[in-house]
Amino acid sequence: MNVRSQVAMMFHLDKCIGCHTCSIACKNIWTDRKGTDYMWWNNVETKPGTGFPTKWEDQEKFKGGWEKPDGQLVQLKSTSKLKVIGNIFHHPHMPSMDDYYEPWTYDYQNLFNAPEGADQPTARPISMITGEHIAVEAGPNWDDDLGGSPVYAQNDPNLDGLTEEQKLQLFSVEQLVFFYFPRICNHCLNPSCVASCPSGALYKRGEDGIVLVDQKRCRAWRSCVAACPYKKVYFNWFTGKSEKCILCFPRLETGQAPACFHSCVGRIRYLGNMLYDADRIEEVANLPDEELIEGQRSLILDPNDPHVIDAAMKNGIPEAVIESAQESPVYKYVIDWKLALPPHIEYRTFPMLFYVPPMAPVIARRRESGALDAVNDELFHDIEDSRVPLQFLANLFGAGQQGHLVYALRKQKAVRWYRRALTVGDVSLEMAEQMLAEADCTPEEADAIYKLTSLCTFEERFVIPPMQREQALASLSDPHEAKASAGFGFLSGPKRGS
Amino acid sequence: MTEIYANVTAWLSNLQPVFFVALPYVALFTFFLVTVLRYRTQTFTYSSLSSQLLENKNHFWTMVPFHYGILFVLLGHIVAFLIPRGILAWNAHPIRLYVLEITALAAGLLTIVGMIGIIVRRMSNSKVRLVTSRIDTLLYFLLLTQLVSGVAVAIFHPWGSSWFATSMTPYLWSLVKFQPDTSWIIGLPWLVKWHIINAFLLILIFPFTRLVHILVVPNPYLWRKTQVVRWYGRE
Ligand code: SF4
Ligand code: SF4
Repeated sequence: MNVRSQVAMMFHLDKCIGCHTCSIACKNIWTDRKGTDYMWWNNVETKPGTGFPTKWEDQEKFKGGWEKPDGQLVQLKSTSKLKVIGNIFHHPHMPSMDDYYEPWTYDYQNLFNAPEGADQPTARPISMITGEHIAVEAGPNWDDDLGGSPVYAQNDPNLDGLTEEQKLQLFSVEQLVFFYFPRICNHCLNPSCVASCPSGALYKRGEDGIVLVDQKRCRAWRSCVAACPYKKVYFNWFTGKSEKCILCFPRLETGQAPACFHSCVGRIRYLGNMLYDADRIEEVANLPDEELIEGQRSLILDPNDPHVIDAAMKNGIPEAVIESAQESPVYKYVIDWKLALPPHIEYRTFPMLFYVPPMAPVIARRRESGALDAVNDELFHDIEDSRVPLQFLANLFGAGQQGHLVYALRKQKAVRWYRRALTVGDVSLEMAEQMLAEADCTPEEADAIYKLTSLCTFEERFVIPPMQREQALASLSDPHEAKASAGFGFLSGPKRGS
Repeated sequence: MTEIYANVTAWLSNLQPVFFVALPYVALFTFFLVTVLRYRTQTFTYSSLSSQLLENKNHFWTMVPFHYGILFVLLGHIVAFLIPRGILAWNAHPIRLYVLEITALAAGLLTIVGMIGIIVRRMSNSKVRLVTSRIDTLLYFLLLTQLVSGVAVAIFHPWGSSWFATSMTPYLWSLVKFQPDTSWIIGLPWLVKWHIINAFLLILIFPFTRLVHILVVPNPYLWRKTQVVRWYGRE
C-alpha cells in the first residue's frame, strides 16, 4: 500500500444556481493576463449543451483521456511514445481558438468620442487578440440556460443512446429542463495530461495531488491540451506555455479555500482531503467500464482504519493531514453515502472532483391530466420516469450505467421525503422511513446528509488539510505580488520567448 | 561592368578570413554562451511558441513539410560531416549517388515549400502575425535564404554529397580542431560560399530565436514513467 493524500472536491449540482460567480472569481485572480483571455479555468455549463470548448465531450474528435482496447492495457487515446514524435510538429487533435472563442471587448470610447451624427453611437466588439473589429459568433456560455437550443443542446454528446422520444421530451417547450454543470480541473488520480507531456512539464504534487504545469519546462508541444478529456489545460497563445487550474494552491497553503469555492453563492462546493492507494491506480485503470466507479472508490482508503493510518505515517503523511482526512466532507459524500459520482469515469483519469447528480429535474413527467403527482405506491417511480432521461445523467456520471446514479437519486429523494415528513408533515413518517430503508439509508444517515447539505457552515464545507508544503515560504511572500504577471510559480517576469 | 565584378570578387576574396574563420568562431562562441546563459536565466523563454491554437488549418500544411524536410536535409549534412568515408563509399556507385542526390533535392524542395507556407501564413493571418516578432522575421529571412541557396547549390553544383565530404568536411573539422584551414573551400563557387556564410549567420542568431526549441526536444518521454509526481523538497 502506497498511501498518498489528495485534496478532493465535491459539487452538489442541486444547489448550483448558475450565477457564474465562481468563474469570475477565478478569472479576476488568475486569467486576466494577455494570452489567457480566452481561458476559463472554472466554467459553468448548461446541460444539455455543448459546453466549453464546444463539444469537449466528443472524444472521437478530441481524443482526450485513456482508452482500453479489448484485451490490451489502458493507453492514451491521443498519443503514445511513438506517436508523440509524429504529433510534435502539428498536433492533430488540438482544439483551435474557434473551438473556444475569440475573446473580445467593446469599443467603449466610441460612445464618448463619436462625432455628432444622426445615429446613436455604439460600442462595437473588438478582438482582444488583434484589436480589430470582429463579428462575434460564439463565446463561452453561448448556450447558457439553453439559449440557442436546439443548435447547441441537441448536439450534446451525452444524448447518445437516448431514444428519439426521450430527446423530444427533453426539448418540448413546456417541459424544457436543464441543470448547471460547473467545471474545474479534476486534479485526477491518473491524469492523462501529465502522462502525455513530452517534456514532463506537468506533474502531480505528491503531498496534495494538485496537478500543475511547470511553466519553465513547458515547451508548447500541446499534447496536454489534446490529452485532457475535460479540456482543462489551456494554451497561452502569447507566452507559448500551457496553463491550467492550480486549485488556488497559494490560497490552500495558507488555509483559505480556493477562490471559486470561497465565492460560491449556492454553497455547492465542498473540499477535503482523502487518502488513496497510489499502487493500485494502474490495476483499477484497466477495469471494464462498468466497474470503474467501484474501482475508483476502492482506491480511496478509510482514514480511520488503523492499518491505513500506519501505512500513511510510514509514507511520511503528517498526523494533522490524516486527521483532516477523517473530517473530510468529500469522503462522506463519496464513500460513506455514495451520493457523489465522478464525471465521465469512462475517460479513466479518475477525477477527484465528484458531483451529487441533480435531483431537481427528476420530477415526474406531467400527466395527461396536467397534474404532477410525485408520490404513488411505487415510491420511487418518478426517478425512473424523470423528465431528464436517466440515460442522459448516466452518460455523464456513470459511464452509461444507471446503477450508481439511481442509487444516489433514490437516496436523495428518500432524504427529502423524510425531512418533509418531519417538518411539513404532509407525508407519513412511516412512508418516509420505508423510503429510507428502500434507499439503503438510516434516519441517522439521513440527518447527517441533510445537515451537511443544507445547514453546512464554511468550516464544514471546507476542511483544508494543514499544508506542510511550502508553508513557511508562502507566508513570507505577498500572494498579490505576481498578480497580472505570471500569477504563480516564480517571480522573475514570464517574458515571452522569441 | 566586368571590372566592377572583378573588384567585388577581389574584395570579397580578401574578406575570406573574416567570413570563414572569424565569423564561424564568433557564431559558435555566441551560440554556446548564449544558449546556456538563456537556459539558466531565462528558462521560461525556451518554448517552440506554437501558434497552432490561433490557426489550425494551414498549420498542418506548413509545419509538417518544413520539419520533416529540414530534418532530412540536416541529417544529411551531419552524416557527411561525421562519416565522410561512408558517404564516399556509398556514392561509388553512380545509381546510389543519383538516388541520394535526388532524395536530398526533394527534401530540400519540400522544406522550401513548407518555409514559404510558413511565411505566407505568418503574414496573412492577422492573429498569427501578431505573435510574430522582429527576430522571427529576421530568422525566416535567413532560413529562406539558406534553403534557396542550398537548393540552388544542389541544382547548379551537383554531386554535393561527394564534394561536401572531400572539401567541407575537412574544413569544418579544421575549425573544430582550432586549426582553421580555409584552403579546403577557397576554390568553391560563391554560391556555395554564400550558403556557408548564411549558415554561420543562422548559428549566430540561433540562441536569440525560437530555434532554441530544437535543444529541448523531448527525448526523456521515451523512457520516463507514465505519471510524474513531485514532492516538495525532494528531487
Ligand atoms: S482534469 Fe485536470 S488533472 Fe485531469 S486530465 Fe484534465 S487537466 Fe489533467
Ligand atoms: S458560484 Fe456556485 S452557484 Fe454560482 S455558478 Fe458557480 S458553482 Fe454554481
